[in-house]
Amino acid sequence: MSDELELCFGPRHPAIQGVLVLRLRVEDERIVECRPVIGHLHRGLEKLFETRPFGEGLPLTDHLDLAAPVTSNLAYVGAVERLLGVEAPPRARFLRTLFAELQRIASHLLWLGTHAADAGAVPPFFAALRERDRVLDLWESYLAAWPGGEGGLRPGGLSHDLPEGWSERCREFLAEFPAALTGCEGALTESRLWKKRTVGLGVLAAEAAVDLGVTGPALRASGVAWDLRKARPCEAWGEVDFDVPLGRNGDTYDRYRVRIEEMRQAARIAVQCLDRLPEGPVLADLPAELEAPRESEVYHAVEGPRGEIGFYLVGDGTATPWRCHPRAPSYANLQALPEICRGELVSDLVTLIGTLDLGLGEVDR
Amino acid sequence: MSGAPGEVPLSIALREELGDAIETARTSQGELTLRVRREAVARVCATLRERHGFTRLVDLCGVDFPERNPRFEIVYHLCDPAAGRWARVKITAGEETPVPSVTGVWRAADWPEREVWDLFGVRFEGHPDLSRLLLWEGFDGHPLRKDFPVEGTGD
Repeated sequence: MSDELELCFGPRHPAIQGVLVLRLRVEDERIVECRPVIGHLHRGLEKLFETRPFGEGLPLTDHLDLAAPVTSNLAYVGAVERLLGVEAPPRARFLRTLFAELQRIASHLLWLGTHAADAGAVPPFFAALRERDRVLDLWESYLAAWPGGEGGLRPGGLSHDLPEGWSERCREFLAEFPAALTGCEGALTESRLWKKRTVGLGVLAAEAAVDLGVTGPALRASGVAWDLRKARPCEAWGEVDFDVPLGRNGDTYDRYRVRIEEMRQAARIAVQCLDRLPEGPVLADLPAELEAPRESEVYHAVEGPRGEIGFYLVGDGTATPWRCHPRAPSYANLQALPEICRGELVSDLVTLIGTLDLGLGEVDR
Repeated sequence: MSGAPGEVPLSIALREELGDAIETARTSQGELTLRVRREAVARVCATLRERHGFTRLVDLCGVDFPERNPRFEIVYHLCDPAAGRWARVKITAGEETPVPSVTGVWRAADWPEREVWDLFGVRFEGHPDLSRLLLWEGFDGHPLRKDFPVEGTGD
């Protein structure tokens, strides 16, 4: 006799950053089938991009990945620059790389704290969020140096240069961060309990990961050496040294280890950006009205904290994009959830959602 | 995309293998774009995957040009990670003409094809479950069509 049960998980759950429904078929507490139902946060962003000039589309990109808006901004301005044939000055490229790596640290820390707490380990939550606050303070003090607080990334560079004393504060944080991170992972990496909950859980084979379009740490944890910062370096990534950490087994523990190590590498890149920051302007000289050539198109992507965040832009000779389509990493990665859930316990579902580090804002757009 | 010298040979090799399935091959802004006959798109994609290493479907989306006939373009962004090559495949589609699904080539195509159906109203033939993705069943219209009002229809 079959004990099959149908369960509906969501749309609201503390383990989900956003709103998501999972329709589950469960047999003896094991997940037989998981079918994600998305769209609860759909705001029609792609339609809205078509109604405003390129520069005014930028704030919309903040609403994609809510935990890492800076990398969405970066992919968008990069795409606009390539479509319009604009180049950001060297100083801006280094600063944008620095900001993107700080964003990676902040995003991974938020993931670390919530993922650990979801699985029952609460102390890392406080340690991780305390460090994340320091990154957010840095970003806030940079933005605060621009009247109205609407500064930041721009097509052609950045709205303004670093305020007085900012790089010293940033260096201070980066010097202390590796030790703080060791503190965060202290309760987890070698913990028997943590390993028991994560080793061998939600295995994603390398071939399946590629076939499903998975990118970012979730792909690299399966042993696939693929990182856009190395494969197709833009901004200043081609000019700094860093390693791309890989996993072997593609399980929840490996995804955890990869993200922890990525934070160390991100700090390493950030220090190099500060050390080698060129002098000069941070914004290219641009005409007031940015017009795309007729029948132009471009796809531009960067390696964000969750994977490949890209924009496909179509220009029609006006200052407004004819089409703007974000390629969101969480969207592709979420398609792998049914794969890693199959055969696992319902009680591990929350950990399995957490291990993919999803941003539902960019899934639904 | 990739400025690697492999690009021109790729389009030549494809023409040899697939004949008139490839309508044009053009490189602009360093990005290779292949225009492909609609009926042949799944075959072209399978060849790109099996013989040329394009194991990743990076992205799939639609674009509406209402003044053209057929009015839609379906755009596939592919990547060959081993060689660091990228390619863009394009086909045209109308409101009534179904497009061969590439879900059999890459599983990654599942949601994007549903999304193009949902937001543009282009049907994919051979998709295992072509239901709406971001909107709900029963929603009236396809909002990324240019003639769909930005403020909605009051649904």
